[in-house]
Formats: sequence, C-alpha cells, structure tokens
Amino acid sequence: MADLQPKTLFDKLWDSHLVAAPGEDGLPGILYIDLHLLHEVTSPQAFSELARRGLPVRCPSRTLATMDHSTPTTDGVTLEKLRILDSAGADQLEQLARNCDAHGIPLYALGDDRQGIVHVMAPELGLTQPGMTVVCGDSHTSTHGAFGALAFGIGTSEVGHVLAAQSLLQKRPKTLEIRVDGSLSVAVTAKDVVLEIIRRIGVDGGTGHVIEYTGETIRRLDMEGRMTICNMSIEAGAKAGMIAPDEITIDYLRDRPFAPTGREWDAAVEKWRTLPSDPGAHFDRQVALDASDLQPMVTYGTNPGMAVPVSGTIPEPADHKEPRAAEQALRYMDLQPGEPLMGSAIDVVFIGSCTNGRLSDLRQAAHILQGRQVAPDVQMLVVPGSQAVKRQAELEGLHEIFLAAGAEWRSPGCSMCLALNTDRVQSGHYAISTTNRNFEGRQGAGSRTFLASPLTAAASAVAGAIADPREIL
Amino acid sequence: MSAFSSLTSRMAPMPGSNIDTDQIIPASYLKVTDKEGLGQGLFANWRYDESGAPRPDFILNRPEYSQARILVAGDNFGSGSSREHAAWALQEHGFEVVISTRFADIFQANSAKNGLLTATVEGSDHGRLMQLAQDTPAAEITVDLEQKLIAVPEMGSMPFEVDPFVRHCLLNGVDQLGFLLESQDAIEAYEGQHPQRVRTFISLSAEQ
Repeated sequence: MADLQPKTLFDKLWDSHLVAAPGEDGLPGILYIDLHLLHEVTSPQAFSELARRGLPVRCPSRTLATMDHSTPTTDGVTLEKLRILDSAGADQLEQLARNCDAHGIPLYALGDDRQGIVHVMAPELGLTQPGMTVVCGDSHTSTHGAFGALAFGIGTSEVGHVLAAQSLLQKRPKTLEIRVDGSLSVAVTAKDVVLEIIRRIGVDGGTGHVIEYTGETIRRLDMEGRMTICNMSIEAGAKAGMIAPDEITIDYLRDRPFAPTGREWDAAVEKWRTLPSDPGAHFDRQVALDASDLQPMVTYGTNPGMAVPVSGTIPEPADHKEPRAAEQALRYMDLQPGEPLMGSAIDVVFIGSCTNGRLSDLRQAAHILQGRQVAPDVQMLVVPGSQAVKRQAELEGLHEIFLAAGAEWRSPGCSMCLALNTDRVQSGHYAISTTNRNFEGRQGAGSRTFLASPLTAAASAVAGAIADPREIL
Repeated sequence: MSAFSSLTSRMAPMPGSNIDTDQIIPASYLKVTDKEGLGQGLFANWRYDESGAPRPDFILNRPEYSQARILVAGDNFGSGSSREHAAWALQEHGFEVVISTRFADIFQANSAKNGLLTATVEGSDHGRLMQLAQDTPAAEITVDLEQKLIAVPEMGSMPFEVDPFVRHCLLNGVDQLGFLLESQDAIEAYEGQHPQRVRTFISLSAEQ
C-alpha cells in the first residue's frame, strides 16, 4: 500500500538512497551519496582523519575536487606566486592536490580550464543530475537542488564519513513546500524572489526542513535562476532546497560533458520525468507567495532576512521580529531607521559568487553598465564563477563592457564573498554584493554588506549609491 | 571520542539571535590544514580590537567567565557556513556544552561528531539561564546528559532536548564514523543494486 501513496520529490530521492532506514528508537538511517564535491578549506582535516585510521577513499570515481575558496582572482597568479602573496592559502591548495593525488581523486586545480566555484563548476559540466544525492563541505551545496537533486552541505567530519563510506548517518528531515506564483516585474530576478522568501520565513524558518520550490514563477525561471534560489535555501536555515526537473532542466543538461549520451540519455530522461512530486503529495509545511508585486530587494542588516524593497525605508527595529538583533544590525551598519535605502553611499560593488556568478548574472550586470561608468571612488569587482563562465563572457565581449566602465575583470573563485583570499572590503566600508551573506565582517573585518541582484548591484555601481535598476533600464 | 555524562560549570552568556559561524570563527582563521590553534579565533571579531588586543568588555575576556565551560547562546545559534572550525574553536577554548533554544542544523551535526553537547531548552528556561549567567557569573549549573536535566541553584531542574542517537554516542563515547563503517556490507549491497550513473573520471579519460 505504501507505494500507492503520493510522494514528494524529496520522498522519492530519500527512499531511493536509503542503505538502511532510520530506526524507531531514534537510530539514524544511512543515506547513500552519489556525488561528493571537495574544496581546499573543509577537506584537509577529513583526509588526515582517514590517514589516522588507515582508511581508503571508498569511491574516488564519485568524488571530484576543485580549488575555489583560497584561490587568487588576479590574472596569472600561479601556485608559486601565491606562495609569496598568501602562504597559508597556498598550503591549503597544495594539501588538496596531495590528497587528491594520493587517493586518485580528479582535481580541477588552479590553471585547469574546468576550475571554478564548486557550485558553478559541477552543474555546468553536467555532473549534477536529477535524482542524485550530492554533498560537499560547503553550506551552499543546496544550489544543486535546482536540478531535482537532494543536495546539502556537511561539515568536515561528515566529509570524512563520505570519503570512507560514501554514505551518511541521517535523520529524515521534514518537508516544506514554498509555492511562488505570479509574473515577475521588469528588473525583478530570482535573487529578489529568494530574498523575499527569507525575509518572509526568517533565517531559521527552514531549519530541519528540505524545501521544494514550486509554482509558476519557479517553473518559468531558467536553470541559473533556479540555482540562485536553491543556493540561498541555507540562508533560511533549510537543509536543502529542490526544484522538480522539467524540460528546462533536461534541455540544460543535454550534451553537457558528464551528461549521459545515446540510449543512456533516453533512459535517464525517462527516469527524471518520474521524479516530480505526485499530485496530492504531503508536505509537513506549506508557504505560498505572490511574486507579482515583488520589487528588487536589498538587505539593510546583518543577516539575509533583513531585506526591504529597494524603494523602501529602513525598518524600525521594534517592527522586526527580533528587535535587539535588528538594533544591533543597524548599529553595525551605521544606518538610521526611517531613512530610505536608496541613495546610501557605497564603496565597493562585487558581482560574483555561487549565488550570482554565472553567465546570465554577468550579462545582466553588463547590460546595465554598457555605455556607462562606475561612479568615481567606487571599486567594482566582477569575478566569474568558473573558467567556463569567464571564457564565454569574454567570447561575448562582456569583459570589455566591464573594463570600459571602470570595473575590474578577475579570474574565477569565491573571492570577496567571504574574503578568504586577498579580495576584501575595508573596515567600515560599504559593499553592495550579489553574494549570499551580509554577516558582520563577512567580506573582511568591519565590512558592511548590502545583498542584491546583479541588476541592482550594477545600477548602484553607476550611481555610487544604492539605486533602483528600474530607473536605469 | 571520549564519553560525556555530566558537567558542572559556570556559564558564559552570549545573547543575541542568529549568531552565525562567521562570528563564531571568522573566515581568516579557516586557512589551516589542521585543527590546532582555532580556539584563538573564537569570536575573534568581537573578542579583539583592530590592533588584535583583547576588548576588556567582551564576555570571554572577562576573568569571571574565563573558567566557563558552558555557553548559553541566543536563539538559532550557529547559522550560516558549514565550517566545522566553529565547533573545534568552541572546544579548544574549553566549552563542552552549548545551551540554546534552537541550533542551526549543520552546526548541530558538526558539534555531535566532536562530542560538543548542544542542549535545546524551552524559551522561558533559556531566559532564566541567560539572566543567571549575566547577573551571577559565579553560579554553577550541572548538565546531566543521562537524565536530560539541567540543575540550577535555587531554580531546581529544567529539561533539555538532545537527539537520542547523539545522546547515545556521547554517553558511550561512540565514534560515529566507526558506527557507520559497521554497515559496510549493507553499503556494498546497495551499490550492487544501484549502478553508478556518473563517474567523475569520464571526461578525464575521454581526453586521454
């Protein structure tokens, strides 16, 4: 009888990956992992633990590593040069190379034409496919859920578990459907939708849940927009975010380097079409959102839930559900409640990251900057998410638009999103960033971050202050 | 992993909701390949001024809290990044228990793997503990994992929640990776029934 019950996308993935079901007595289940992605920051201690226990890597062919967090974004900086500029970063990169070499794990190292931010690189190569379980020692692994995969971030101990057992001990999470309907207005993007979702449900609104995003607004988004939405699921505290695969997903994957071919492709597509949630499937919680009135969103505080429409005013802390946190946030940001957000001066504009560092994001920013100039005294960094994004952007001449506008065109990496390399916002300075976190000090000690879409960030670059992209388009 | 059954200690209060892992340990401390010295980075942006000198008013710099091994933290502690360095830093500093009303999922999972107990209490009990920690730094409480109770002087006991498997592992010093590897036969059987669809080597060998 159980098989006749309608299932959600999550239920189907969970059930089909259980090596062992959770026990009645609170014993966790064992979940099999199809694809394990590695980067240099969260993996070294996991490899050390394996070495300490004398354990091999169980499935090198289900594992892939890239270098992204500690990598330089200035052109031509090789590992040898990095050693002089940033020896700790170079140590991490070299450690990853040694670990991958010792265990036979493919690595897209600095200088490889497939290197990039792990959550940009893997989808664009077709590694992430519907119906898979994907993990990485990185909270933004939720990005891969855009393909109808169950994808989530893990800590370093669990990186070790997956290296050794290709599996994880897991409790079954709850399910949350977030349904978004309505047509998006001009200049309103996936980033604005997800900022509104987080504002609505809160930065812990998704804790313990896997979100499935449904509704016509989501269905109409391209894969890059869907990745932006799923990417920020973790900013609502969710374990993962997913979107059911459809023709847009299938078209995206066709002919990608790791996508199946020939009869295997046909068989895979047939299977993918069975994955969407069945009509009447049960979710533990449901939230509905009308996106037709949505405006471009900008954050004003120090977590991604503190966002307002770009034309709005900075809210009174007393109106926030956590007044003390909101008050502290405004003190850190040195902003006044009741003031308009538009016109707030900025020092830095950052276009990039696993949230908004893909080709469509760069095209949008370039569209705004075409024939315009970045305001004097504003530094603008454009960091493509991967080598492939960089190559395609250069083929399209986007880099020339950025350079002509006075922006810097860099090489791929996480860069200023978390300031782990040398790209940093100075203490006290304001940055508008297309990234995912506006936490205190996230972009460098003392840095102040406004999160926004590539359109809003680029419009603000021209104005030298927070600006509404609708006034410039 | 060593076993944990109960702990009596002072508390360090860390109010404020949604303290994220970037605050617990800033990214600049993540450029390491081992776990040594991470305690130095604990709450670094709040703990030190721009010259690197300790800020005397920050809670962990106050001598009356220097011996606290229990952190009473605001709602939704540990949100954001998956960095396990947050749990490692808390432990190296000397914390064995964190008490809050809610924890972020990944932080909680990371803590469990390292034997750092995350105890979830009701909002009203949380408020009383936070107040006590702030008003009476010398107050000691006892966290009893066997009973799932916190004994508080002059307030009696309050219950706390902890995942039953995590509790079992902590009480018995069970290493979770060792536990998982006991199921290797089942993992192998699963692999036998589910052919691998994507191999990360394929595009490499295609070029050769």
